[in-house]
Amino acid sequence: MNARRLSLLILPLLVAGCGTETGEVHTGPSPTLPKPERGLLPDMVIANPAPWGEHQPRVPEGYAISAIATDLRIPRQALVLPSGDILVAEGRGGNAPKLKPKDVIAGYIKAKGTTSVESGNRLTLLRDADGDGVYELQTVFAEGLDAPYGLALVGNRLYVANQGALVRFDYRDGQTRASGAPIELTPLPSEINHHWTKALAASEDGRFLYVGIGSNSNITERGMVAEQDRAVVWEVDAATGAHRTYATGLRNPTALAVQPGTGTLFAVVNERDELGPDLVPDYLSSVREGGFYGWPYSYWGQHVDERVRPQDPDKVASAIVPDYSLGAHVAALGLAFSTPAMGPAFAEGVFVGEHGSWNRPNPSGYKVVFVPFRNGRPAGEPVDVVTGFLGDDGRTRGRPVGVAVDPRGALIVCDDLSNTVWRVTPQGARRTPAAAPPAPEQAPTAPPTAPDGD
Amino acid sequence: MPAADGPSRAWAVGPLHAILLAGTVPLFLGALLADLAYWSSAQIQWSNFASWLIVGGLVYGAAALVCAVLSLLRASHRGGRAAGYTVLLALAWATGLWDALVHARDAWAVMPAGVVLSLLATALACAATAIGLAGLRAGVAR
Repeated sequence: MNARRLSLLILPLLVAGCGTETGEVHTGPSPTLPKPERGLLPDMVIANPAPWGEHQPRVPEGYAISAIATDLRIPRQALVLPSGDILVAEGRGGNAPKLKPKDVIAGYIKAKGTTSVESGNRLTLLRDADGDGVYELQTVFAEGLDAPYGLALVGNRLYVANQGALVRFDYRDGQTRASGAPIELTPLPSEINHHWTKALAASEDGRFLYVGIGSNSNITERGMVAEQDRAVVWEVDAATGAHRTYATGLRNPTALAVQPGTGTLFAVVNERDELGPDLVPDYLSSVREGGFYGWPYSYWGQHVDERVRPQDPDKVASAIVPDYSLGAHVAALGLAFSTPAMGPAFAEGVFVGEHGSWNRPNPSGYKVVFVPFRNGRPAGEPVDVVTGFLGDDGRTRGRPVGVAVDPRGALIVCDDLSNTVWRVTPQGARRTPAAAPPAPEQAPTAPPTAPDGD
Repeated sequence: MPAADGPSRAWAVGPLHAILLAGTVPLFLGALLADLAYWSSAQIQWSNFASWLIVGGLVYGAAALVCAVLSLLRASHRGGRAAGYTVLLALAWATGLWDALVHARDAWAVMPAGVVLSLLATALACAATAIGLAGLRAGVAR
């Protein structure tokens, strides 16, 4: 798209950046994995933020996009409630101390590519009462939270994964304000919180909650001790709060979703940095109970990471190869299963929100893609769904985070750079009827847990 | 009488210059020792110590280098020792910068280059300091 501009600026790097003509594969089940490389300075190309102005994100032919909420305070994840209301978790977490001179410098540079808005630490509720696609109500559902991220609704209980605890609200349909302070179900590992986001999904029967807990470093540079209970997925008993470790070695499982029908847990995982522009691929994978996915000892199965001491050959041997590469450094932060209401092109598969790279000369991500599924497994190339966050002029106007699917046929995208929530709808095939039934109650066939939107 | 320009007026570093210059030695040496501790223990905190000690060495070294260049410009006659000292110090500083960039890598990626560069930087800092301070002898310098 902007290859000409890039070729002028960074011609030598372009060869490494786009691989199609060299036979390299970046996405899918068998990505090309080049040799690790790290120059004297890490590749840092940081988003150059600009307001949207006259620009809009781009969507495929036959789809429309609109901003349904603006002026939020760092929206990260969204949950579509059975009533059609949308809850948005807002905030920024982490309290990792700067240990090395590098942390001071890199932190300063990276902050230039993100919003300067203060962390919301709240849930905002959006409502479109008349079904015209305009969410006229934007109100605070709960506040005073601690960097809330993962959201899940099980029956009349709303679960919120703060950066340091899994909490619960009582919820009834139509509620616009939490009836009280949340109840803590279980504390979550929160020392340092280098990767602070706590992803959340509920099992189909609602008995268990799955919490994604990211590593406390890029690659153990904060010490092995800091990685206790990190880079794992917990299974939490929704009734008691008791937990066990469900899977390990997932560096930063930033979004979890349970596949409708099969109940299989899927995750998008952000992999390690500073091994080169095409290492290591971020991935989408089903998560096997008891499975080990490599971090920190190895990546993409048995590729040993030499930066880790002490090494552990036995763990490396047991590492599972993830299902599907999304491409290196795309920073997948959102995951939601689609529904046929999204149109035939997106009937079966997942939407993935890609926040976009920093550790790559040729930026990747900065879009929402659709990974088609066949027979319940990822199959085929990812398809661009929402693009234009990174403009042809090199300015970044938005950065996608969480995605959620409204079963009535809409894709919800949180954008934590412009602090906007976007809504993508198929046109023509399904126009939102102006004269919709007054109270669009959830169809009884839909699963009451609706874990589609974490 | 030109006798005043004899050995007693040889080029010599001032007290502040001497402090800054001499400071590079324990800082780079500390980094080397911390690197060796990380090498043998894989305890990351040693590597963090090394990173900051190198930065300290660079700060002291840069200030000493500024003093060195200024005194070189001001010197009435530029002996080979003053110029050689300045070049050595510049080399020590450049090696330290290279070392700092290597130490910005994560975890064991610092090794083995980090420990080698810390050794080099320490050796160069020692040499620069020895030559730089050689003019300070009792009864010779003011």
